[in-house]
Amino acid sequence: MIIAQQKPIKEIAAMIADCKKVLLAGCQGCVAVCLAGGDKETEILASALRIMRKLEGNPLEAVTYAATRQCDPEYIVPMDDLVKDVDAVISLACGVGVQYVAERYPDKWVVPALDTKFIGGSTVHGVWEEKCGLCGECILHRTGGICPIIRCSKSILNGPCGGSQYGKCEVSKDVDCAWQLIYDRMKALGRLDKMMEIQMPKDWSKSRDGGPRRAVREDVIIE
Amino acid sequence: MKYLSKLHKILEDGNFAVTAEIGPPKHASAHGIRHHAEMLRDYVDATNITDCQTAIVRISSIASGVHILDCGIEPIVQMTCRDRNRIAIQADLLGAYSLGMRNVLCLSGDHQKFGNHPTAKNVYDVDSMQLIYLLRRMRDEKKFFSGEEIKEHEPRFYIGAVANPFADPFEFRVDRLEKKVEAGAQFIQTQCIFDMERFERFMEMVRERGLDQRVHILAGITPLKSWRAAKYLQTGVSSMLVPDSLVERLKNAEDQKREGIEVAIEQIKYIKEKVKGVHGVHIMAIAWEEVVPEIVERSGLYPRPKVDLE
Repeated sequence: MIIAQQKPIKEIAAMIADCKKVLLAGCQGCVAVCLAGGDKETEILASALRIMRKLEGNPLEAVTYAATRQCDPEYIVPMDDLVKDVDAVISLACGVGVQYVAERYPDKWVVPALDTKFIGGSTVHGVWEEKCGLCGECILHRTGGICPIIRCSKSILNGPCGGSQYGKCEVSKDVDCAWQLIYDRMKALGRLDKMMEIQMPKDWSKSRDGGPRRAVREDVIIE
Repeated sequence: MKYLSKLHKILEDGNFAVTAEIGPPKHASAHGIRHHAEMLRDYVDATNITDCQTAIVRISSIASGVHILDCGIEPIVQMTCRDRNRIAIQADLLGAYSLGMRNVLCLSGDHQKFGNHPTAKNVYDVDSMQLIYLLRRMRDEKKFFSGEEIKEHEPRFYIGAVANPFADPFEFRVDRLEKKVEAGAQFIQTQCIFDMERFERFMEMVRERGLDQRVHILAGITPLKSWRAAKYLQTGVSSMLVPDSLVERLKNAEDQKREGIEVAIEQIKYIKEKVKGVHGVHIMAIAWEEVVPEIVERSGLYPRPKVDLE
């Protein structure tokens, strides 16, 4: 899922400093699962902003709504009535949701409450870890199911580099060396010979390449 | 045989090579580089010019190489994968070759986290293995990295790579060296050796695979200025192995700097005489270039062979 974390409340407050009434739009997708932008977080942020502004002697009216998800336009439509008389919409979705909301309401000031961090999963409750680099062409079959693109701090394809020691990456003792993990797994699977193949440079045109990527399934497009 | 560089000829002739390292400064004057180059000229066969080592902005390795060439030393241009994509790497190396540089050392590069611009975006479009392979292909098959033909004047570099016998997984280090040789590496400079026992085990595995017959290995030697420097490398730098005995030896020395030089000389003599398969030394006197002549001379490696490529 997409992992996001809330921005410092002072930053969010500064984005809507000149507003009297705002809508806080939560999202019940990924950001609810990672405890950043679901119903609960939306209500808490709304209360916090109200209190903050009240203490400043400049009360803020904050209404809330939690969309099923904000990355499909149809789930944003039900917000239309709520959006009408607010000065701004604070979206607690990932960057995708913020943009869909902004697109739907061209005359509204739409701001993000979250920093969209990465694609990952949780290791224990409250800890999330990046697992996929969204490179556009999966190579996990060549690396024992461990992604060096995002888990190696240098994204190298012929690792481990000379900075790997005691299973850790040179950047931090808290970061596992992805290539040590790949090595261990290849060894356990009896496939160390795979590590001797020189992996050629990646085709980054399939990744972020100056312009948005699109995925099309013509068979399911409804005219 | 047509030699690609002076270093190439020296190694192919079976000489025990001596290379050193010059670290460019964090400002825009080449005075220091030239000073060190003049000092090292008669004592080494070539000098590496580091490429913003530890990710600290310095005069670029290629620009420094121009100064070094001008002082009469053959440069080994270090090229890391950290700061340039495949377009910039090729452009810079075409330029380096046009300026007379003939040796290139391919490395991943220290992560930017360690440098003076930790918020920079790293590149790593290609890795060191791919860089070796693609530079060899540029030379031998006259192709750009993309596969497009180089119609004329392809860069013909003598290609070097690094090996770290002290990194993990240890048993894969020789495999990775072999992979670099397969990719096209012709000479190897190792990480600084302090743990001689581990280095000897590494070389034993290298010889078992016959890799010492396929590539020239230059052992990395770093004279230490003080026991604190040794301790720092032991605890503060990843993938270095510094035995406690070495730290103690420096700590107990009356003159730590002298002792550091003595250790380096002992190591070189030991490697030259006892460790089979090593074809030279690479002296990395970090911010201490001025001790290199003494180390070379007292290790019995002076004078250096005269080479005329013409």
